Amino acid sequence: MNIEELREHLCATHPDLCPLFSTEFGDGVLGVERGELHDAASDLRDLGFDRLGMVTAVDRGETFELVYRLQSRSMSAGMFLKCEVPRSEPRVRSLTDLWPAADWQERETYDLFGIEFEGHPDLRRILLPPEWEGHPLRKDYTDDRIVPRPDFI
Amino acid sequence: MAEGGAAVAIVDGLGKALERIPGGGVILTSLDAVLDWSRGHSLWAMPMGTACCAMELIAASFSKFDFDRHGTFPRPDPRHVDVMVVAGTVTRKMAPAIKRLYEQMAEPKWVVAMGNCAVSGGIFYYDSYSVVRGVDEFLPVDVYIAGCPPRPEALQDAILRLREKVATESISEGRRYERRLLLPTPATRHDQETPAAASAAGERDGGEGEVA
Repeated sequence: MNIEELREHLCATHPDLCPLFSTEFGDGVLGVERGELHDAASDLRDLGFDRLGMVTAVDRGETFELVYRLQSRSMSAGMFLKCEVPRSEPRVRSLTDLWPAADWQERETYDLFGIEFEGHPDLRRILLPPEWEGHPLRKDYTDDRIVPRPDFI
Repeated sequence: MAEGGAAVAIVDGLGKALERIPGGGVILTSLDAVLDWSRGHSLWAMPMGTACCAMELIAASFSKFDFDRHGTFPRPDPRHVDVMVVAGTVTRKMAPAIKRLYEQMAEPKWVVAMGNCAVSGGIFYYDSYSVVRGVDEFLPVDVYIAGCPPRPEALQDAILRLREKVATESISEGRRYERRLLLPTPATRHDQETPAAASAAGERDGGEGEVA
C-alpha cells in the first residue's frame, strides 16, 4: 500500500482523521491534538497499524513534538503520529494500553525530555541513573560537568 | 584492597620473613624475578568492551593476531584475571559497574585503557552530559592506548609494555597494594574518595605507589 492508497483508506474509514493526514519524506504523517492522541492512536491500531516502532520527541522551544512511529504489517505501510505537547505542562496520555512496546520507549522519552505519560504502568528513568536531575535532551538543559565545545573546533 | 587469597598471604609472609635475615634481599630479588616472569607471561585479560573498540579487542583474540601466544586469554570473570582492558566509551551509569568488577579482581591487578574514549572521553569530551572523560577518573590506569579505534597490534604493544611494568614489581611490603591514581583527578559522583584522601594515600606509601 502506498501513501495515496493509505490516504484513501484512512479517509474512507476515518473521515475525522483524514484532514490531519499529510505526507513527509514518503511517509504518512498524522498530526493530532494532545487530547485526541489516544483516540486517534486507537483508531489507527484498529485500522491495522499493529506495530509501534519508536517513540521520541523533538524540542521545539515552547512545545515538544511527540512522535510515534507506527507500522502495519498487513498493509506494508508506515506512519508517523505526531502531537504537540506544551513545555509548561508536558503531560500526555500513555499509549501502553494499545501497544505494549510503548512501555520502555515512553520511559526513555520521559527520561530524556521530561514528558510525563499518564497511565504509564512504570514511569521512571530508564537510561540515566535514578538520582539524575533534569532531562538532558531538552535544549535548555545545563550541567556543571558538560565541557562546552570551543569556538575553534 | 589487600585481598589476594592464601597464595598472596604466603608470599607476603615470605617477603617479611626474608627481609629480616642477612642475605634475604638476594633471595627476595630472585623471587621477584620468578614471580614477575610468571605474572608477565600469563596476563589473563578481562575484556571490558563497552563500545566499538571492543571489536578490535575481539579481533585481537582471533587467529590473525592470536593473543594466546602471549599467554593473554580473555576470561569473563573478574576473579580469574590480572588485567582489565577497558575498551570503549564509559558512561556515568556504567562506571560504578566497571569499578565493582575491578574491585572484584584479585591483587595484583592492572588496567589498560584502550581507545580515545577510555583514555579521555574521546569525541564525547565536549558537549556530553553522560560520558566519563577517561576511566582514570575512577580506575588506576597502567597503560593508555591512543586511537579511535586502535588496531589489535596497539593492544599487543600495550600488553608488552605492561609486561615491562610487571617486571619491575616487587613482593616487598608496601609496593603492591598501595596504589594511587596516576593522575590527580577530581572526585566523581560515584567515587567516595576525595582528592585529599587520594593524595594522603600517595604520601602513605612514600609517593611511589605506582611502579616506575
